[in-house]
Formats: sequence, structure tokens, C-alpha cells
Amino acid sequence: MNPDKLKWVSDYQWRIEPFGKMRVPAVIYATEGLIREMDDKVYEQITNVATLPGLVEAAYAMPDAHWGYGFPIGGVAAFDADQGGVVSAGGVGFDISCGVRTLHTGLTADEIAPLKPRLADRLFAHIPAGVGSTGRVRLNAAEMDAMLRGGARWAVERGYGSEADLERIEEHGCMAGAEPGNVSEQAKRRQRDEIGTLGSGNHYLELQEIVEIYDDKAAERLRLQLGEVVVSIHCGSRGLGHQIGTEFLREMVIAAPSHGIELPDRELACAPINSALGQRYLGAMRAGINCALANREVITHLTREVFADLLPGTHLNLIYDVSHNTCKQETHTVAGQSRRLYVHRKGATRAFGPGHPALPAELRDIGQPVLIGGSMGTASYILVGTEAGTAQAFSSACHGAGRAMSRHQATRQWRGRALVDELASQGILIRSPSLRGVAEEAPGAYKDVSAVIEAADHAGLARKVAKLKPLVCIKG
Amino acid sequence: MSSAYWEHFPHQADMGVRGVGPTREAAFVQAALAMTAIVTDPEKVAADISVAISCEAPDDEILLVDWLNALILEMASRHMLFSRFEVNLEGRNLHATAWGEAVDPERHQPVVEIKGATYTELKVGQRDHGEWLAQCVVDV
Repeated sequence: MNPDKLKWVSDYQWRIEPFGKMRVPAVIYATEGLIREMDDKVYEQITNVATLPGLVEAAYAMPDAHWGYGFPIGGVAAFDADQGGVVSAGGVGFDISCGVRTLHTGLTADEIAPLKPRLADRLFAHIPAGVGSTGRVRLNAAEMDAMLRGGARWAVERGYGSEADLERIEEHGCMAGAEPGNVSEQAKRRQRDEIGTLGSGNHYLELQEIVEIYDDKAAERLRLQLGEVVVSIHCGSRGLGHQIGTEFLREMVIAAPSHGIELPDRELACAPINSALGQRYLGAMRAGINCALANREVITHLTREVFADLLPGTHLNLIYDVSHNTCKQETHTVAGQSRRLYVHRKGATRAFGPGHPALPAELRDIGQPVLIGGSMGTASYILVGTEAGTAQAFSSACHGAGRAMSRHQATRQWRGRALVDELASQGILIRSPSLRGVAEEAPGAYKDVSAVIEAADHAGLARKVAKLKPLVCIKG
Repeated sequence: MSSAYWEHFPHQADMGVRGVGPTREAAFVQAALAMTAIVTDPEKVAADISVAISCEAPDDEILLVDWLNALILEMASRHMLFSRFEVNLEGRNLHATAWGEAVDPERHQPVVEIKGATYTELKVGQRDHGEWLAQCVVDV
């Protein structure tokens, strides 16, 4: 993207004043370097989002923004239901509530080192990953609905995970307002045996070493210590979320004219929040959020089983769990007024600042943990929400690096086997059912996540706390 | 008029599928093959089990998305891959049969799961020399 098309606000913030059918401005948080790397489609998509009815303040793009479906990935938009605001299936995306959670192991990288290959093999064997894999849990109709209503709480009640985990998950592990009855039989059929599976593509389970600490106070509160190994899990609502996205996107595309909505791009498909379709989608989408929370909780349980077997006495305590494809009703202060808004975060992480009542008591003074995933060979980061972020982009931050090149380009440039060997020589063990899949997900196919983190930190969206380096990566 | 073929086209995060053929039906068949080829080499997939698929849409483009999404649903819920397709179109009604087999991770080495077919770069229509084209981006 050419920065000349944007109005410079600061070295980390750019603005597009309303033109054409835009109702509000668009704001992009990024350095000039990141703007130059951004696809022109981000400009087109974020200005399209700004045309939607009931949008409050501005359409926002995070430093990792890239070409998505309707919304850019890395897009944030909040709507007021009483001002004709909409909910958009495209604005949430296909992988509803895809997210990241990170767990302590209480072990150092040195302690883990001799067991690394065995841990990699056992985790790969125990946690279903890749196309066609099925989970240990089979859900009948009643259990499916209980899972869609209960989220991670459902999993804990069934013996997967622990009660203490729930406090460390957004919504305390259970999204209110879920309506399993709004989820189609097809979506449920896709999910019957997918709970506790990692999926594929950019989803992973990693063992990571804490290699840098930037904020001692927040790190201490999160109990992050240099040299400690953590486990991070990145996945979402699996087939159920994909099917909900597919079905409601179609319905919203067809119904848009009857709601008087002119779509600049069909992928922006939406419906008024105060409409039967909008309400039906919200109920289904919240059930999708619970599916993702349950899925990550069951995978956590499987991970704990492997550790208990190989390293008896180890406790994997949850640091935090974030979702980055959601629409949530939240209270935000706009022009001095407190308002209830429907905040869409598509490839963006909620980053509530210190003191927010939704945060667990023991983390309330440092702000919400923001977990940013890397890609196999590259670093991941832990940040926290800030006071400054409260007044920007409805307390939101980036979610990852974003691709720099297509899957095709990646497979032309790298071979899976060579990549696995090269990463092994750097001490990073990869386990994956597909070598072509590994090539498509090559670290070099992604943008430099560090530049994205620096931009988010300097823009005040979130503050960096720690840097994590991968040791073992289970790829779906 | 050229014979039928499929190809992929690039998208920054995902993958585009394009089917081309002498008829609308042929283009839909080729687009489905292109989708299988994202996951594995279609030649490795035996056409042993048949699945019937029907859908109906208000226009040709939504019909293509519906067709591919119906296949994605069958692939995901039956843990299958498909390599042969027969498509009959009557207006905006599609009746089809897909043949394939259960995923065999060792033999198929499946690369990635497909989440959904999208409206991005979605086109169904005839090109200048009369051949039909059916394409869209699929989310992986």
C-alpha cells in the first residue's frame, strides 16, 4: 500500500477520511514500513467496512492487517444496535473464535532438552492433527448442545481440564447467549467427532522457551521467567464454526437487499443486529465461540496427559486464552459516553486495559494478556492491554504475523523435508502429517512478527511483556 | 473450443480454484477437482464410494459456492476425498454425484483442511471464445 494514500497521524497511526459511501473514517495502526508491505486490498476492505450502517467511531486495521474476506484480517469494527448497526458473518470469519492459549510448564528449557524428541513424538501421537483426524470424544445430540452452551465449562464438567482454567479464559470459559438450536444439523454433523482436534493450516501446538522479558512487573504477575518452557495452542471452532460461517454468510448475502443494505462486497454480508437473522446469527456464532473454547480445553487436557506420563508431577497451569475471530457485546466509552456496542474482531485480539472488570482479579492491575502466535521457526509474544489502548480501536490489538506470500509461492521456494531438517538443526522439532503442509507454512512465508509487535507496542494498543522461541511444533 | 481443465490462482492467505470447460457443468466439475488438488493429488484418490449432492441458488455464482460448500461438508463429515464428479444443471438447480474414498493419511498425505468456499474472486460465466469459467477463493 502506498502511504501517500493515507493521512499521517503519527509514526504508528494513519487515517483515511470518509469519501464516497464511507460513514466514518478508517484508521490503520502501522509503521510506514508495514504500510508499504500491506496489500492494497486492505485499503479497499477497510474503507468498505466504513460504509456499513451503525458503525461507531471508525473502522480500524491492526499492524498485521492483510487481505481477508470482506473485512481485512486484522480488522476491528464496533456497531450500535440502536443506530441500525449490523452484525456480519464475514466480519467474524469462518473460523469462529479461533484463538491462542498459553500454559506454564514450570520446567526450564534445560530440563526439557533431553526429552524433547519424545515429547514431540508423544504429543504428535496423542493430539489429533491434520485432515481427516478425529477426536476421542464423540458427541450425541444432547451432548453437542450441552457443549455449545457450556464451552470450556462443559469440558471441565466432563473431566477435561480444571476449574482453575476457567478464570483464565475470556468470558470465564463460557460465552453467554449461545443458542445451539440456531446451529444447523449440518454444522453439528461436521463437529460430531472433531472436539479435541487441532485442525490444519496455520493451527499448531508448540513448546516455547521464554527468551526475553520486557516488562518485569507484568511478567512477574503472569509468572513468566526467562528460560521457562510454556505450551501454546492455536486452533478454533473446527468444522462447526466453518459451517456456521458458510451458512450465515449465504443467508446474509441473499437477505441484504431486504434489509436495505447495499453490500460493496458480498463477503461483507451482514444483517441488522435488531433483526431476526442478526439475532439468529449471534446465537449460533456464540455457540461457535463455545465450541472453540471447549476444543482448546480438551486439547489442553490431552497435553496434560502427555506431560503427566513423561514428566510426572508437572502442572500445566493456564496463563490465558484469547479468541481472535469474534463479535462480542461490550461497553466502551465513546466521546465521553458509555455505550453498549457489538465489537467485531477479525484476526484481532481483545486487549482490555488495567482495571477492566472482565479480567481475573489477580491480573486486573496489569491488563488483559494478549497472546500473539508466530509461525514454526519464528517467535511468539505475550503482551498486555494498556490504559492508552482503552481509547483506541475499542481495546484491540494484533493477532499474529500474517502471510507475506501465498501457499503456492511457499511450495515453490521450500521443500517440507529440507525445512524440517533445517529447523531441527536450529533446535526446533517439527511434527506434521504433511510435508507439503509444512512447506506451505514455512516461517519465511510469513511477515516479520517482531515488526508487528513493535508497531502495536509503540501505538499503545498493547505493551510487550515477553518473547517466546519455539522448541517443538506440532502442525496440523 | 478448448477441453476442460482446472488450475489454482494465488490469494495471499488462501487459495483460488478455477475450473474451465466447454459447458457450465464441465467448469463446475473442474472447479471441484481443483479443490481436491488443494488437499492432495486427485489421481491418488480412488473413485469407490458415491455421494449424491443437490443444491439450488438464486444465481450461478452462489450456485458454485453452494456446490463447493456441499462438497466441503461431505469431505469433512465423512472424512472423504473426491476425485470424480458428474454434474447436471437445470437452471439454478444442481444435481450431482461425487465419487471418492476415505482419507488415508499415509497414501494421500493431505496438506490442509478446507474451511469453506468464499465469494472472493467469485466468477461464473462464458469467456470470449465460449468456454465456461467457474472460480472462487477457498478458505484453508
